[in-house]
Amino acid sequence: MAALATGGATPSDGATSFQRKAPASSRLAAIAGTRPSVRHGQLLISSGLPSLDCVLGGGLAVGTLLLIEEDKYGIYSNLLLKYFLAEGVVCGHNLFVASAKEDPADILKELPSPLFDEVHKHQLDEEETTIKSKWESQEPMKIAWRYQNLPKMEVSPAASARFGHYYDVSKTVSQELFQSIKWHRFFLPEEISLQPNIKTCNMICSYTRLLQAIQRIIYHEGFDGSFPQKKQKNILRIGIQSLGSVLWGDDICGTDNPEDIHSLTKFLYVLRGLLRMSLSACIITVPAHLIQNKAIIERVTNLSDTVVGLESFIGSERETNPLYKDYHGLIHVHQIPRLNSLICDVSGTKDLAFRLKRKLFTIERLHLPPDLSDTVSRSSKQDLAESTKLLSSECGAMAIGKKHLDF
Amino acid sequence: MFVELNELLNASPERPEEGKFTLLRDTKTDGSFLVHHFLSFYLKAGCKVCFVALLQSFRHYNIVAQKLGVSLTAAKERGQLVFLEGLKSCFDVLFGEEQQDGPPNPLQFMREDGSNLKTMYEFVHTSLMPSGSDSWKCPVLLVDDLSVLLSLGVRPVAVLDFIHYCRVTVCSQLKGNIVALVHSSEDSEDEENELVVNSLCHQSNLILWVEGLATGFCKDVHGQLKIIQKGSSELKAERNLLRIYQYKIQDKNVTFFARGMSAAVL
Repeated sequence: MAALATGGATPSDGATSFQRKAPASSRLAAIAGTRPSVRHGQLLISSGLPSLDCVLGGGLAVGTLLLIEEDKYGIYSNLLLKYFLAEGVVCGHNLFVASAKEDPADILKELPSPLFDEVHKHQLDEEETTIKSKWESQEPMKIAWRYQNLPKMEVSPAASARFGHYYDVSKTVSQELFQSIKWHRFFLPEEISLQPNIKTCNMICSYTRLLQAIQRIIYHEGFDGSFPQKKQKNILRIGIQSLGSVLWGDDICGTDNPEDIHSLTKFLYVLRGLLRMSLSACIITVPAHLIQNKAIIERVTNLSDTVVGLESFIGSERETNPLYKDYHGLIHVHQIPRLNSLICDVSGTKDLAFRLKRKLFTIERLHLPPDLSDTVSRSSKQDLAESTKLLSSECGAMAIGKKHLDF
Repeated sequence: MFVELNELLNASPERPEEGKFTLLRDTKTDGSFLVHHFLSFYLKAGCKVCFVALLQSFRHYNIVAQKLGVSLTAAKERGQLVFLEGLKSCFDVLFGEEQQDGPPNPLQFMREDGSNLKTMYEFVHTSLMPSGSDSWKCPVLLVDDLSVLLSLGVRPVAVLDFIHYCRVTVCSQLKGNIVALVHSSEDSEDEENELVVNSLCHQSNLILWVEGLATGFCKDVHGQLKIIQKGSSELKAERNLLRIYQYKIQDKNVTFFARGMSAAVL
């Protein structure tokens, strides 16, 4: 993280300090798809989901780790992983995809396609031309003739330079967009067959292999800032799918007293050290509901920077509950990192829900639907009241005693 | 350092206490602001500080310390601060070649089975041993997060041994202080961690226990601080003095107030 300070821009000699910072002068703004955080000066990248960025305090800080606790069937957590990678494709970042289940190439094939402004612009242009053709017959009106030769203003900057995009889940990303970026793969079955097992530092072999792969890329491609003048700086986005599951060779999902109880936590610690030293950000999905020993989850949470839990309604009784009819699940923000400051950006609302519309996945503030009718049968009303109670006890994640008052 | 906390603890950087073991404990919230407090407090007091930082990078601590009016880089150059950056050292242990000469890496235990923290203790010992040239006041050992050691595969007994050895050396022999942070929660299933926390609570002279509010998140009150002072020989009448305050963390300061006396509530 040493190379990431943004505050170093000194006011130019003799001139007033009230100057618009030109993007060229700040070397950090040169990286596409990033922006410095207002609060702690750390460089932020978008998670690919503007509503999630908003919840996490503006975005994901470079050099940090976002841990996603998977929902029961892994549908929405995979979607978040794909959003994160798709944002990297659009911004031209380098990607590193690791999985034990799916071939990374297959994951990348299924990335959602970005919704560019060009489509809208195209439509607007068409409208304009029709209006123009109408006007051409008449004398053009001159309101301020001196402006007519000015070039047309670009309303929005090039889409790829912007921070955060919207994606269409129903379409996959086009191949030409995909070919321009550089990506690395780590598919566990392939890697294991290449070399015999090695076990260092009492960590299971798959994790060691993964760490070595990440470290190799960070060093060879210069993400650690070792060769500053070598080439254009870029961000490495690391996505790891279902870490800690049985397929990775870890037994924490199987038993209460696993043999390698420290493997996952050690891996996370070293990975965090790697991230802190480089221009990279990582997203990991973990099947937390499968991990038997809850102590491991507590430790994993302490060792990650941002922790977000997904709870989908699929298969639970909430799926049919009228309270939640607009949503597909709840999202719990368990931890927000404190970076370079005493405080962290906590958003005011803790009750968040997500929904997957036809094209978009969004995170929203959880609202209760209005209770309009008086004619609802008594039993269902009571049901509602029950679930409202349940909800309110959930709202304060830490609420313990009902009688206890802090102030 | 936070002036209000100094007043509560009746401490001042002009006359730091000696031979004390302070345990910082956090439950359902982040108590790292206390680590920043003690780091800047002892640096301002002119103590020689050995900071075992396992949780965050040097840059993070340095930027926060600057907000509190202390420069860690300058303190390092003066030789006042010895900084062990765990996130970097673990890397050398894992990927670096094994060097034969020179002192062993403090995090060498990651390669071994985690039954002892000898290399870490030796690191603390050599960095806090007074040498003839410098004239710092009492030595201080600061550990940001002993719980991380457990995650790295160290056995709880080894952690307790390490703290015991450090207490003998730093608190008794060198007349210095130890400050260590641990995480804990009552409904935790992490038995190893609970064992460490309970034993350290028993050994410590002062416990600063930070808790998140039981009623949930609040914008103007970030949590409550329990100050538990163990009865010393002079204070036999009031053993285990317990005081509770609520606090709010601001950009560069933390304000403490009696329960329910937050400015936003009144």
